[in-house]
Order: sequence, then structure tokens, then C-alpha cells
Amino acid sequence: MNRSAWGGVGFTLPALLWILLFFIGPVLLMVAASLHPLTAAGVPSPQWGLGAYRAFFSQPAYVQALIDSVVTTIVVTVLSTVISYPFAWSIACVVPARWQRLALIMAILPFWTSYVVRSYAWLLAISPVGLVNKALLALHLIHRPLMLAYNPHATELGFVHFFLMLNTLTIYASLKQINPRYELAARDLGASSWRAFFGITLPLSMPGVATGAFLTIVLTIGDYVTPQILGGFRQLLLPQLIMMQIQRQLDLASASAMSLILTAIVALAYLGLQRWLRLSRL
Amino acid sequence: MARLGFTPRRFYGIGASGFALLLGLATPAAAQGTLNVLTWCDHEDPTLLQPFETANDVKVNFKDIGSTADALAILGQSKPGDWDAIVMDETDTGRLEGMGLLAPLNKADYPFATIPSQLQDPSLTSVNGSLYSVPEKFGYNTLAYNKANVDPAAMQDINAPWQPQYKSRVAVYDYYVPEIQYAALALGLNPETISDADLPKIKAKLEALKANAAMVGDVTSTQQALTTGAVDILVGGGEWVTAGIAKDQPNLDFTIPKQGGIRWQQGLAVFANSNRKPMAVKFIQYILSPEGQARLATSACYWGMPASTAAALTPDQKEILRWKDQPDYLKASYTYLKMTPEMDKKLQALWAQVMQGK
Repeated sequence: MNRSAWGGVGFTLPALLWILLFFIGPVLLMVAASLHPLTAAGVPSPQWGLGAYRAFFSQPAYVQALIDSVVTTIVVTVLSTVISYPFAWSIACVVPARWQRLALIMAILPFWTSYVVRSYAWLLAISPVGLVNKALLALHLIHRPLMLAYNPHATELGFVHFFLMLNTLTIYASLKQINPRYELAARDLGASSWRAFFGITLPLSMPGVATGAFLTIVLTIGDYVTPQILGGFRQLLLPQLIMMQIQRQLDLASASAMSLILTAIVALAYLGLQRWLRLSRL
Repeated sequence: MARLGFTPRRFYGIGASGFALLLGLATPAAAQGTLNVLTWCDHEDPTLLQPFETANDVKVNFKDIGSTADALAILGQSKPGDWDAIVMDETDTGRLEGMGLLAPLNKADYPFATIPSQLQDPSLTSVNGSLYSVPEKFGYNTLAYNKANVDPAAMQDINAPWQPQYKSRVAVYDYYVPEIQYAALALGLNPETISDADLPKIKAKLEALKANAAMVGDVTSTQQALTTGAVDILVGGGEWVTAGIAKDQPNLDFTIPKQGGIRWQQGLAVFANSNRKPMAVKFIQYILSPEGQARLATSACYWGMPASTAAALTPDQKEILRWKDQPDYLKASYTYLKMTPEMDKKLQALWAQVMQGK
């Protein structure tokens, strides 16, 4: 290798070491921890075994938590994408170029606050004594407060609000990469505006859609705070179950097994979206 | 990059410095003039620590923990001798002693004459006759409520949160141990001796409670729900929810129903491999002093009953903490379950089943 190639390796090595130390290493440690289930005495067993996985899959409430986590993630991902696409498209294709930067800033403004603060802000809006119920009561549209908070839909609302911004950014970036002449050419050849959109714009913007969807899946399925604040335990999601394993008995085997199950789901999502995940197009 | 003088060697130099800095931050200070304590948030007020630090020319280097499991995780990443003392739920005394982590203490070093007999329960503080933990603060997981919206007399019945008139006006604290014990007590069972045979009945009782509740949540969420008026009753609440905000929210109160309540109790212990045991003992003595007890009881993080009856609280503070009711409350309350990890797993699974129920 020549000197510049060594220089390239030199600059890449920290990133590789970082991934080894802070991703691959911890994952391997988690795999090892998950294979030493807690004994009746409350200490990790010296023997290797799949007890933590068996315990998880033999407990229907735990499996239900996994299913609920997956369903919540799918609902949030679909809703965030469907709502954010037209929003991003209108900023990229309808809003005049000189206003696009301002429109984007407005779109991502809520990102500037912590998501914990945002979750509590939602609670102040939708709780039984929140702004929404107060307004509906004042307008005599309802006679008793609606239970808008403390349920799975409140959790989904908090997530969708957060990921709308993220998806808007990734889809907008993808749309701006598309040469507008492609669509003009399609229109010249007789395609309707709908056909041009579905035949040209949408397929070419899929890297942005897939990237946003993947980030939404990763961040939703592992989130503990939003369901904890907004969900009111009407539904127990897997991250909450993982916290239960850690907080009381420091049951690293069960917590690691559950975390690795979540990691496996994220890996499946990656494989499913891999076809469109082209970060270079963003 | 090279034009900016940003070579791989310099790049690694910066990285190594940052890593060294991170390592330095991850371990407690080891200087002679420090005492390293694993604490709950109520021990972190400067008003509590400063008098001790000044009097003993020592810096209390504290690390916040939320549970004994957090402490075990930190200890697992520390060198022997890094930590000197710990604040813990006293039901964990036996567990930590069994792991060889705690040093035996001399009972004569502490003001046990001022600590009510219920708090001195050897099953919480001692193992095989040796003292390992000194009670310092306690309180209750019973009923906290808004007396402007519910009748305080009705809250004297432990079954009040199940009543239809409070539908969707109830919050449930999400720590499964005291909640399961509260449900057991409501069923007429002894909450200190729950067995496998009791679990189906307790599950059904908790499912009924959840059906009547607006929410189940952690400390912050349930306290927020009670203070904003989203709910009127908090099951599992107590003075730790209402006392600290009594001046701003005078309508919030707590009680122990006539059937009884569940009592939490925290204690201080010294680590077996501490290199500063005499200073750790002095720290416990300070916390158990009248001034230390008053400051700890009225901590900004949460209020609770001081373990020592000699605590130098003001009359107002005593009123808020229901000082004169304590002898009766202590008689009517049950400690957290002292259980095996296996039983704990069963209770966790039961709680998860209740939470997943539609």
C-alpha cells in the first residue's frame, strides 16, 4: 500500500475500533450474559444455557409485550411515513426555494427540545385535565373528560409526533436529489401527474423513505421513556420489561436475552429495507 | 485534512486523551479526603452533606443509584475498596451480606435508643445476630389523595380505590412489590408472608384495580397525575409524594387505612472492603444525628419519616409528616417482602400479566 492508502486506513481505524469496542464487543457480552441465567440464589449460573430465552418464551405476558412492541413500531412507522411524505414533498416541490429553509426549520423546531420534555408536554395537552379536554368541556362537546392519555394510542401519538420530523428530513433530502427533468420528461411523454409521481418521484425517493422508516423502527422499538410517560401501563412494551429485569434483581441474563430479541427484530427490519437503504442518496 | 495539520497521529492523540478522560470520570475519586457513597437522591442535598464535609474535612463523592441492583451494577465495574458506604432498601441487607459486600457494624456506635422497635427488626438490619445496616428513613406505600375531591374518611378503607365512584380517578404506582402487598392486604392476607397459593387471588384483585384506574406509572408520572388533578387517588403513594409539596398543594394528603399499609425502610451500610471505614461510620452517625435526620427527612428529592425520634424537625414539618400518628402507623404497617429471587421473578411475571391484561 502506498502512503495515502495507509493514511486512509489510519483515519478509518478509529471508526472500526469504535464499532468493535462499543457495538460488536457489547453485543458479544450480551450474548454471553444471556447464556448464564440467574440461579435460584439470584446469581448468574456458571453453566451455559438457554434458560433465559426459555423463560421468556414460556411466559405469555412477556411474549405479548414483544408482540405489542412490534405492533406499536409498525403503526408508528407507517403513520409517520404516510403523514411526513406529503409534508416533505410539499416543502421540496411546492414551497418556493427561498422559503424551503424556513419551512424545514419550522418542521424540525420541536426537535430542539428533549423528547422527555415533549412527552410531558403531550401529557399536559391530552391528560384528563389537559388543554384538549378543557377546550372540549368548555365548548360543551363532552360532559366528562376523554381518556386520551395513559393508553397505547397516546404512546403512538408521542412517537409519531417525534418521527414525523425525522421522516420529513430524510424524505425531503431524497426528493431534492431527484432531477426534476425526469418528471418533466414523463409528462412530455404523456404521463399524468399522478403517473409521473408514482412512476418516477416515489420510486426515486424510496431511499429517503426507507432510511426514515428504519430509523423510526430502531428508535421506537427500543424506547422506554415515551411508553412510560404517555402509555400509563395499559400495555407493557419490551423495553419496560427489560427495565424490570434490571431494576430489581439485576437479572442481566433475562435483560440481555430480551435485548437481543429486539436486536434480531431490528436486523430483520434492516434486511427487509436493505434494498432501498442507500445513504449516499440522501 | 493534512493541510489543517490534522494527521492520523494527532487524531489518535486526541482520541487517547478523550478516552483517558472518560476512564477518569468513570471511577470514583480515591483521594484520602473523600468518602465514596452510593446514594439515593435524598442524600445529595448540599444542605445535608456540607455540615458533615466541613466538620470532618472530607468530600462526599456520591453516585446516584435508583435501586440495589443499580449499586450491584456499579460495584461490578469498580475495584474493591472504591466505595465506602451505601444507602439501600433494608430488605436487601441479607442479600448484600450474603454476597460478602457488607461490613459488620457496632450497634453501640448508633443511637438505637431513639429508633422505634419496628424499624430495628433484625430481619431487616442484621444477619445471624450481627448488625449490617442502620435504619435511617422510612415511609409508606398506602394511599395519597386529594382531599378536595375525595372524602378523607372514605380513604380509611383500603378497598376505596376499587370503588366504582373513583373509576378513572385512580393512579397506581408501578413498583410491583408494594402494590402486590397492598392488594394482598386488601384481600385480608398477611402481606409479609405471601405464598404461591395467594398469587391467583392477588392477580384478580390487581386486575380489578387496574380496570378502575386511569393509569399505572412511575414516581414522576403518578405524582404529576395527582398534582395536576388528572387523578384524585394514588395507590402506593404516601408522605414521599405529598409532604414535600404540602405548602404548594395543601389539599394533597396521605393516610394508612384501618386495615394497614406497606412500609418502606431505607438503611445505611458500610462496604466490607472500604478503606475508609471509620469515616463511613462517622457519616452514618451524622445522618442519624438530630440535625442529619431532619435534613434527610425534608430532602428536596423526597420527604420521609426520619428513623430517629430525636430528629430536629420543626413543628410544621412534624405536622406535615403526621409525626404524632407514627406510633399507630408503625403498628399498622407491614415491611416490604423479604423474598427469594425465585419469588421475585414470580411477582414480576404476575405484574406483567396484570399490566398486559386488557
